[in-house]
Amino acid sequence: MRPTRLLLFPTPSLPTAMRNVYLDHQAATPLLPEAFEAMRPFFTEHFGNASSLHQHGLRVRDALKKARQQQAALIHAESEEEIFFTSDGTESANLAIKGVAYANERKGKHLVVSATEHPSVMNSVEFLEKQGWTCTRVPVDAHGFLDPEQLRAAITPQTVLVAVHHVNHDIGTIQPIAEVGRICAAAGVPLYVDCEASAGWLPIDVRAFGASLVSFSPHRFYGPKGVGVLYRHRRARLVSILHGGVQEGGRRAGTENIPAIVGAGVAAEVAARELPARSSHVAVLQQRLWRCLSERIPYIKLNGPLPGPGRAPNNINISTEFIEGEGQLLLCDLNGIAVASGSSCVSKSLKISHVLAAIGLDHALAQGNLILTLGKDNSEADVDYVVETFAKIVGKLRGMSPMWDEFERGVIDSVIAPRGVGRSFSEHAAAVSGKAAH
Amino acid sequence: MSDTYTLYNSTVMDHFMNPRNMGDLKDADGVGEVGAAACGDIMKISLKIKGGRIEDARFKTFGCGSAIASSSMATELIKGRTIEEAMNFSNQEVVDALGGLPPVKIHCSVLAEEALKAALEDYVKRNPESATPPSTPEPVSA
Repeated sequence: MRPTRLLLFPTPSLPTAMRNVYLDHQAATPLLPEAFEAMRPFFTEHFGNASSLHQHGLRVRDALKKARQQQAALIHAESEEEIFFTSDGTESANLAIKGVAYANERKGKHLVVSATEHPSVMNSVEFLEKQGWTCTRVPVDAHGFLDPEQLRAAITPQTVLVAVHHVNHDIGTIQPIAEVGRICAAAGVPLYVDCEASAGWLPIDVRAFGASLVSFSPHRFYGPKGVGVLYRHRRARLVSILHGGVQEGGRRAGTENIPAIVGAGVAAEVAARELPARSSHVAVLQQRLWRCLSERIPYIKLNGPLPGPGRAPNNINISTEFIEGEGQLLLCDLNGIAVASGSSCVSKSLKISHVLAAIGLDHALAQGNLILTLGKDNSEADVDYVVETFAKIVGKLRGMSPMWDEFERGVIDSVIAPRGVGRSFSEHAAAVSGKAAH
Repeated sequence: MSDTYTLYNSTVMDHFMNPRNMGDLKDADGVGEVGAAACGDIMKISLKIKGGRIEDARFKTFGCGSAIASSSMATELIKGRTIEEAMNFSNQEVVDALGGLPPVKIHCSVLAEEALKAALEDYVKRNPESATPPSTPEPVSA
């Protein structure tokens, strides 16, 4: 049954009472029905533990091998023996970073990462820094691109790992991974590539990347949650960070989540087959979404590269000036539109997204941030509904914003399209923030 | 709304979706605008004051749902209060009237208190005679 919702704009001009548009495919995707079906018997009939030596165990061991092959095929790995299953992307990142760092402790204690890695990478690195490792964070430009030459310069004889993501999880920037891979190969340093935001949406070839480690999560491409994939080239040294039995070649102790692994295998197989179609479908919607938003709403900015070869085809990251992101998100949700935001009000730490900070985005614009990630089931009608609804939301929130009013009166200026009248938002915020030191 | 989940309780959601006293006051007697250093939100409260009492209040807020709800509730609460009563206004009143805020959002109610006090200070600055003289203790006779 369709849930009753409070309609924010109960006008007869609305297309339908309530359209539901899910635009947070970066967070989770619905499970493919065929993946669900494949999982079902592994909850009941084939319930065995892959470590058992009897029929029940051997049956699921066979399923585990097939699932590894399916993941290996998606990323063009040489062998399924290079595929490890973890619980999710965060565990994969922890294992990749700490596992390589600890394995190479005697060789050196220096790491190189880009400034816009996922928190699971950044926080793993911070953990190691407290234990005596050092790390160089390579900055990115205003569109989020890392300069391979700066990365090359950051590598020292003590460097034991370079970590650069394929696609940025916030702003969709596609990093020059093949070039980074060549630099790392020349320096003899293993490269870990976080493909969480790209797997299933962009082709991944671990050999073309020159990657020693690659991680991704099937729940980003219509597989189940509760399973992550870590590829490890057979020559990359990696020690376990979870201690117990000898599952996953001794590199990840713990009973395998067989149903999820089986479902993830089906999702990977379908993703490999449908990747070109899915990718071009969302790319068309992405172009339309940004074009319509930018035409319809004044003082709006796209963060990250323009849709095209430099940007993942499913991501739109916008900043709408003079209003804050959480309010936008809540009003979108009340109108059936599911989105994410990198605003400080959305984060539990009250900090803006570190990615938006790294690209040098003005704090006021980071506050007005919204992240929309498209999926295979979105349509043009969805995009049109989002644009129309969002335009009304922006109008409502700007009507409530003292900043919009002050902009209209010429007290403050726009960051996106400065008129040369009034002080900047930041100057204004600093002037009125004196009292609020809490 | 049994099938709909909300981030905040129904009172907060109501004040966010249907804010009370939103806007500016023409010929306001006191205007306060403050920003939160912690998150970057900005709140503005305008007051109409007559005979030492707050006759009307309006707000404008650049901030999250709970910041908008906090300023909406604060303006509701302070209407009709004397300047002295309003000077003793505490953010806890906003939190209580809203039926609670998530811990990470308490600072939104503090911002509402600060915006109100900034507006009162602005009024006192414009009308120095209105300031209640601080009660000075009687000198102790030796």
